[in-house]
Amino acid sequence: MKCEDAGNKLMAYMDRRANPAERNEVDEHLAGCAACRTRLAEFREIWNVLDEVPAVEPSFGFDARVRQRVAAQPQPRRWFGWLGIEPRLAFAAVLLIALTVWVAKMPTSNPGTTATAVAIQQEDFNAIKDLGVLENFDVLTKFDSLSVASASAAPQQEKSQPDEPTAND
Amino acid sequence: MARTDVQVMLDVKAGDDASFDFLLQKYRSPLVNFLNRMVRDSATAEDLAQEVFLRVYRARKQYTPSAKFTTWLFRIATNVALNSVRDTRHQKMEVSLDAPMDDGDLAPRELPAREMRIDEHMVERARTEIIRRAIWSLPEKQRAAVLLHKYEEMDYIEIGKILDCSEGALKSLLFRAYETLRVQLSPLVSQSAAHRAGEGRPS
Ligand SMILES: [Zn+2]
Repeated sequence: MKCEDAGNKLMAYMDRRANPAERNEVDEHLAGCAACRTRLAEFREIWNVLDEVPAVEPSFGFDARVRQRVAAQPQPRRWFGWLGIEPRLAFAAVLLIALTVWVAKMPTSNPGTTATAVAIQQEDFNAIKDLGVLENFDVLTKFDSLSVASASAAPQQEKSQPDEPTAND
Repeated sequence: MARTDVQVMLDVKAGDDASFDFLLQKYRSPLVNFLNRMVRDSATAEDLAQEVFLRVYRARKQYTPSAKFTTWLFRIATNVALNSVRDTRHQKMEVSLDAPMDDGDLAPRELPAREMRIDEHMVERARTEIIRRAIWSLPEKQRAAVLLHKYEEMDYIEIGKILDCSEGALKSLLFRAYETLRVQLSPLVSQSAAHRAGEGRPS
């Protein structure tokens, strides 16, 4: 083995990362080469000298600064972000489209639906007309006022149930 | 059962911020020290270490465990350091004191010429500074190789992956680096032996 080859293996030899075969090779060379023995001794000294550089500790605010920089990262972009539109603008656009569709579908002239509604109203009227109570107008008006009173009382009843669990929370 | 760092990183990928914190705690010191020895000033080293963690976070979604976690981490760190060194190289030229030394003539520049009392602490600080400068004076790739080899205690295969070179190329890179250091730091070696003998430590 030449000194140059031995030199390249000297580091691994010194730091004990060389495999046994490599170690044997270097051992053989060292046995017959004073120059490389000296070099090895000097490498060992340098190895020790390098240990004198003290380790440093990260400064006090290091972690906080990292977290801050991580938090400042843009979040994964949503589809409107991908389109390059601002969220509020996208929302306004969607709202406008929905409104347009809704207005277009308004039942301005829909004879089918209107006829059905009229028929149902007629049926209800016939049912009421058949009731004996309706023959007395006084009872009818009183009944109406009663129903109004009970209807206006109903929301208060609902309000007086504070123990109802708010499941949506 | 302890998770490997690769598993921890996969948890980061899955959105677990606590795992990112774990890696931050574990590797902040090694990274700050590595970068502190790679670049010249400690504020820059800290900034670059934060940059490394930021890059780890940014790359989390693309992370695939193809190597040891430390290989991946120190590849990022080495790239960040080399970019920074290249960016600031011109600034170095402006400050003569900071210029890398190109010969073994170290002591006269470090120690004051006029007579004064030099206590142990000052000697130690001067020695540390000489060693730092000798490391900084190495070409960047050699410097990174020495730091990963000497201080991070990585094996040749891992360092080779980090620096993109074969095991053979790395060994000769390291040999050249340690040869340079051997010449530059030879004035410290005899002092080192005396220093340790004085402290009663085995040599
Ligand atoms: Zn030899």
